[in-house]
Order: sequence, then C-alpha cells, then structure tokens
Amino acid sequence: MASKLTTSNRAGWGFALPGFALIATFIILPFFLAFLFSLTNQRLISPNPTEFIGLKNYRDLLSVAVLTIEPERDAAGEIVRDDAGEIQYPRVRTITRSGDFPQYKGMREWFRWQSGDDAKVVIAKDVVFMKALRNTLIFVLFIVPLQGGGALLLALLINQKLRGINIFRTVYFMPVVISIVVVSLLWRFIYDGNDGLLNNILNALSFGLFEPVDWLGNTDTALGSIIAMSAWQAVGFHMVIWLSGLQTISPTFYEVAAIEGASKWQTFRFVTWPGLRNTAVLVLIVITMQAFALFAQIDVMTNGGPLDATQTLVFQTVERGYGKQDISGGSTISVILFLIVLAISLVQRYLTRERD
Amino acid sequence: MALVAKENTGLRLAARYAVLVLVALVFAFPLVFMVISSLKPDLQLLQDTGSLRAFLPVGDISLDNYFAAFERAPIGRFMLNSVIVTVVTVVLSIVICSVAAFSFAFLNWRGRGVILSIILATLIIPFETIAIPLLLEVSRLPWLGVEGIEWGWLNTYRVQIIPWIVDALTIFLFVQYFKDLPKELIEAARAEGASWFQVYHKIVMPLSGPVLATAAILKSLKMYNEQYLWPLIVVQDEAHRPIMVGLGYFFQLDVAWGELMAYLTLISVPVLVFYLILQRAFIASIASTGVKG
Repeated sequence: MASKLTTSNRAGWGFALPGFALIATFIILPFFLAFLFSLTNQRLISPNPTEFIGLKNYRDLLSVAVLTIEPERDAAGEIVRDDAGEIQYPRVRTITRSGDFPQYKGMREWFRWQSGDDAKVVIAKDVVFMKALRNTLIFVLFIVPLQGGGALLLALLINQKLRGINIFRTVYFMPVVISIVVVSLLWRFIYDGNDGLLNNILNALSFGLFEPVDWLGNTDTALGSIIAMSAWQAVGFHMVIWLSGLQTISPTFYEVAAIEGASKWQTFRFVTWPGLRNTAVLVLIVITMQAFALFAQIDVMTNGGPLDATQTLVFQTVERGYGKQDISGGSTISVILFLIVLAISLVQRYLTRERD
Repeated sequence: MALVAKENTGLRLAARYAVLVLVALVFAFPLVFMVISSLKPDLQLLQDTGSLRAFLPVGDISLDNYFAAFERAPIGRFMLNSVIVTVVTVVLSIVICSVAAFSFAFLNWRGRGVILSIILATLIIPFETIAIPLLLEVSRLPWLGVEGIEWGWLNTYRVQIIPWIVDALTIFLFVQYFKDLPKELIEAARAEGASWFQVYHKIVMPLSGPVLATAAILKSLKMYNEQYLWPLIVVQDEAHRPIMVGLGYFFQLDVAWGELMAYLTLISVPVLVFYLILQRAFIASIASTGVKG
C-alpha cells in the first residue's frame, strides 16, 4: 500500500539520482560504447577521424576455416615422406598467400590433424585471439568444479561441531583477504623452475625421483598451474557462501534423517544437497563470471606465454585496447566476452531453474 | 564395550582433526613461507627452499630486505595513494549507495521499479568488458580544476575513485537490509513531521550497523586488494600509482626474491591484521553476498 506519507517523486528521485547517475556514466555508458566502438576503427589517440566499418572487427577476430591439404607427390605420383616416414605436405602459406583463394588471405594455421593421407588444417585470421578464447574456456571449465566443489567440501568439513573449528575456518579463509596480485607473485616464486618451493617439496617427497618442472615456463603446465593457484586463493570465499547455505537447512531434517537410519551419503543426497539448491546456482554463476575475467594472474605470472599458452580474452582486451591503443579491437573482444558470459549465465539459470 | 566405543570416538576425533590440520597447512604454508622468506638474504632463501627450513625463521634473520625494498621503490608513496583511494571511495560509496537504497526501499516515486531494475541488471556486466571503452571515456572527460576546466582524467586520483563509488551489489545489499526494517517506524516519523533526510540520518542509519560494516569491508577489499587492471591502464605516473601496480620495480634485470617477499608481506599485513581482528564481520560480509543472490 503506497501511503501518502511515503510518496514523493521529488525526494525519491533526488536521493536515487547521484547513485544512478554514476552507474549510468561509468557502467551503462561504457557498456554501450563497447558495442559502438566495436563497429568502428576507434583509437585512443588518432589524427584521423573515426570511421564506421561495420562488422569488420568481428570478421577479423572470428574468421576460421578448415583446409584439406593433400600430400606432396613426386613425379611418379607417390606420396613424399621425410626420413622419419612422415608425410610431407605443401605449406599452408602457399594457399593463404595465393591469389587463387582470396577468402583465406591473411589467415594463419591454428592447429591441424591427419585424416587418411590428407591433413586437415584449421586456419584462423587471428590465431592469438582463438588461443585466448580456448584458454579462457578451459580455465572456466576446470576452475568451476575445482573451486565450487572444493569449497563445498571445505564447508562440510568446517560445518562440524568440534572444539576450535573457528580457527580452521579462519585459516582456510585467509588467502581470500590477500590480493590476487600478491598471491600471483608469491606463487611465481613457489612455481619457479630452479629454486621453486614446489619442485623442492615434490623432490623431497619422492626421495629425489621427481624431475624439476618449470611450471610456468612449460606450455603443458602453465595454464594448469594458474588454475590450481587461482582455486587455492578463492576457494575460501565460496566456502563461506556454502556455509551460509548449509546453516539455512533446518536441523529437524537431519533429526528425521537420523531417525530413519539414513546413511551419511543419503543424508547429504536427500537433505543437504536439495537445501543448497539456491546456493549452488549462485556459486556457479559467481565463479563463472569471475573466471571469465581472468587477468591479473596472467599479467603478473606469464604475460600470456609461453607461446600464448596462457593468453586469455581479458588479457588480449587490455593488450590491444591499452597496449596498442586500439580501442575498437579491445572493445570487440569485450563485446564477444560479454555475450559469452551472458549466454552462459542464461543457460545456467535455465538449467538450474525451479521446477514445479 | 564402553571402553571400545570411547577409543573409537577418540580415534575418529583424531582423524577429523588430522584432516582439518592437513588442509590448514595447504592454506597457511605459502603465506608462512612468504613472511619467513622476507626475513632472509637471497642466498640462504634459495638454499632453504629445499628443506623444512623454508618455513622456519632460522639462520641469518634480519629486516634488511625491508630496508632494501623501501630504497628500491617509493613504497610509502604507493601506500599513501592506495589508502587515499580506498578511504575516499569507501566513504563516498557508503553515503551515495545507502541514500539511493533508502529511496528505493522506503519512498514511492514514479520510475522507482524501472531504475532499480536497470541498476540490478548491471550486475551481469563484468568490469573487464567495459574497461577499454571506459578508458577512452575518462581520457576525454572534463574536470573543473582550480585553473578552470581541464580535459582528461588520466593520471589522477579521481579516475581511480569516481567510477568505483557506486556498484549494483552495494545498493542491493542496502536495499535488502532496509526492507527488513520496520516500515511503521519510518511512517511514524514522517507523520510527526520529520524530513526525509532526518528519517535517513536519525532513524535508518543508526539501525544499519551490520550492513554498513559489510559494505565498507567489501569495498575496502575491492579498492585496496583487487584494483589492478584499472590503475594499470589509467595511471602511468608514480605520484598516483597504487600499491598493487607498484610491483614492477622488483623485476628489473633479475628478481630480488627476498625484497619482493618483504614487499608482499608489507602490503598484505595490514589487511591480514584487520581480518584477524574483525573476522566475524569479514566472514559475515562475504556470506551476505550469497543471501538470495
């Protein structure tokens, strides 16, 4: 019931206006500017006027094609092999640089696989962007179960009635109040290939059998190392959210389960987990959104390397938009990133919706 | 029989604590390692990583790394910048967000629902996706300085403060909290002729301790700890550079690990101390971001 006493258009707008104006200026406006700039060749500073160029930025980022390349054959029609018996193929360059295939112009090889005698080569206009996209998706795919599941385990562990349990909660949560920049630098030392703590610990635990690994300098381990560290830092955050969810479940349910003789697993499956539904949705969405924003770890630890093995979308956004002052290029990646985040959270919401 | 049962629970209890302690080590060891390493000269530091000594304050222990770190980088300046940006943003954020939320929660006005929905919809926009267009925007914004109008916000405190004052989550937290306050209280005050500002100031604010603490803690952590990408791209001069971006100094030529660890310890300890003193409030503030979502 809208009471006369609380109705006031002037006061209402007046109080809300400063906050709304700031959100409009610093969140909503740049949000729309991102879409706008992505259709132009806008630069941070440029003597030339900005031009509208349609979807060219998107085409430059997203163009991908698959080529089927037949093996080289000698005069007799035999497949040419090198000394190791590997089939020899003409270079991709001969296609992407030839005038016969203008549609492949400027594209470079991303990866390839073999199909029969032929080679299937995936070429992309912007290989670095493609790698950034792939790495970001891998990061999200691994960090969500690792961080969300790990946090739930910790929450269950902490939710016991034991003396001194609060001390453990305090310790598990501690990395959350340390800056990710600090954590990244600290772990750079821990992951170091020569003097790193991790190599030395693994070496001691395996009685010297473990071969030291340059965790961040190796294309096979760099992204995984960053995933593990990121989970370590943030898992306490989500533990607390799970905990607050656990505490909303009425103890009566547990008493009933105990009387019915339910096993621990049954109790979790039929009492705890259903009670955590809303918490699960929230944790899932928050981790996903944070994961897509991966930047500081990369900037501090690897700079996208080695060999682009840790490139991410946000890192590329900054490298282009700020590093190369290419506002339109950075904005285009931003828009693509936003659309991915939006699509995924809509799908997550749909999959986890309340069913009647 | 009874004895067996007791032994059993004793063992179980020990096992439970063993798991808890083991997990605690995983979270505590890297931080202990950081603090301990900051006290050792580089040579010993690197030797010690091979044994348990890495976690113990043994050998040549001193504060030399701290003095060296201060000589290497203008840490005092960076720290001051971070504190200024954090404190000013937190104060302004609390005032502006709570006033707006007060309006959304207690006043009836045309457009209220729409405006609140628009604000909450911005929750889905990650900052990282607007950083680049915002960079261009702030590089061309006007400012009324002492010498008249100047253009461009780069390399200032204001560029680090003003865009961060208001966010949808803070407004949402205040609105949620205000909605649980008794409406009759506000209507009674209005009936007695109190102005809206008096209602906000004299009735609502004194009841809002918990949500004020939550908003202040979340914003402080955001501003002090998590500001990296934004100052990296909008602040190039040392005079305004915040603490997290000042780390580059420790990576010239080769890495001075001991000094770096001293620097990391130095910038983390203030937050850790706050956390240990106010841990209930810290944890409650994180938990409250999870309520209802």
